[in-house]
Amino acid sequence: MATVIETQDLGVSFGKGGSNKVFHHLNISVEEGEFVTLVGVSGAGKSTLLRVVADLIPPNDGSVKVVAEADRARRPIAMVFQAPLLMPWRTIAGNINLGLEGLNVPEQERRERVEQTLNLVGLAGYGERWPYQLSGGQRQRIGIARALAVNPDVLLMDEPFGALDAITRTTLQDELLRIWKETRKSILFVTHDIEEAVYLGDRVLLLGGKPARIVEDYPVTIDRSDRRGSEAFLRKVEEIKAGLSEAIAMTDHALEDS
Amino acid sequence: MWEGISRSGWIATHLLPPPSVIPASLYSEVKEGFWHSMVVASLRHYTIGFVIGSVLGVMLGVAVALFPRVEASQAWLARILRPIPPLAWIPFAIIWFGITETAAAFIISIGIFWINYFTAMGAVQAVDKDLIEVARAFGHRSLPALLRKVILPGAAPGILSGLRAGLGQGWMTVVAAELFGIEGIGQRMMEASGLLATEIVVLYMFSIALLYGVSDYVFVHIQRKILAWQR
Repeated sequence: MATVIETQDLGVSFGKGGSNKVFHHLNISVEEGEFVTLVGVSGAGKSTLLRVVADLIPPNDGSVKVVAEADRARRPIAMVFQAPLLMPWRTIAGNINLGLEGLNVPEQERRERVEQTLNLVGLAGYGERWPYQLSGGQRQRIGIARALAVNPDVLLMDEPFGALDAITRTTLQDELLRIWKETRKSILFVTHDIEEAVYLGDRVLLLGGKPARIVEDYPVTIDRSDRRGSEAFLRKVEEIKAGLSEAIAMTDHALEDS
Repeated sequence: MWEGISRSGWIATHLLPPPSVIPASLYSEVKEGFWHSMVVASLRHYTIGFVIGSVLGVMLGVAVALFPRVEASQAWLARILRPIPPLAWIPFAIIWFGITETAAAFIISIGIFWINYFTAMGAVQAVDKDLIEVARAFGHRSLPALLRKVILPGAAPGILSGLRAGLGQGWMTVVAAELFGIEGIGQRMMEASGLLATEIVVLYMFSIALLYGVSDYVFVHIQRKILAWQR
């Protein structure tokens, strides 16, 4: 398996003269086709890390290596945000088309890709509607479709289901797993919900400390058909919750010392 | 009621002409060709002033919102110039442009400029920063691309409401801008009131109301088309 994303001693700080180090010497990697979830102490910079990988924020130290074939018809990385953040003045099809504009994709193929991704997220026939006509869950599916339309190697997902009700969240988790299996994308998925992290991930990374680093890298080997509610699943969740509590204590110590 | 009060003789008819005399005065004004030429002249001043004031106001308002450093450098200039009423510029308009149509258009454009300048600036500043991040994440990173994909469509409702406010503001200054001898509705109203032909003054007041009503009605329709995405 090839590595698609690799960060090398990545560091980000905010504030005057970089006084507030969010994280430093951060090394993570995502393999081709892998589903990696990222949990952590709040304020550890999970969202910031995604934004650095997406090249929306420049890092202060280190670098991000994204291995992807250079191609004018696709983008190597696409992001799904916490809120759907659709452009209200664009139709659903127009929103999905956003990332295709500026790429070298002929009009005919754009329409096909919009149709395909609408099918993939289960909203075929919704292209001509306006965002306000959709429910919160449907809008987040469009957020996912918009990212898939640019045919990326890597999907970065920033707590995409955090604002949804429990039933919609469960449905969308299963939908995401289905889409992931169909498309074989690599996914780096941030969440604050440990059960979600264990349910979805091949690996769960735990971010903690001040400045933050990867405290632990938990492989999840339980078969995906046997995850929701199984004993092995609950044990894994407990293990990571214990790790998170430790990480929170460690972070608090670091804050007191500084 | 108006007709009754005027007819009753409580008030002299030149102080408050009864509405029934207005059709007759419209007929004579149209027959002598005044109505047509005055309305066309005023419409010309109004349109030129509206376009210039709106275009400059929107463009500068957007530019100032995009570049905070520009805002800091002009904020005091705007504070000094903003409260000066358009009519106070009449002496300068005459000195700079003479008693010309340009002078009238200039005065009309001033009020419209400020309305659009401030609403456009506010509308751009209020564009959702998260949507700008989305556009950047999907490859639209240059300023022209961001303007086209997010900033201008996001600011459109605000900018359009500024344009609409300018539509009314323009008619309010049109008459005053013509008082000093430039052909138009304002000039004709001055002449008529000098002769105590107040029914003609009222006729042109109604004409302005009608022109404003039509332009606002058309504008609202266009606005609704552009903003079809709003619920």
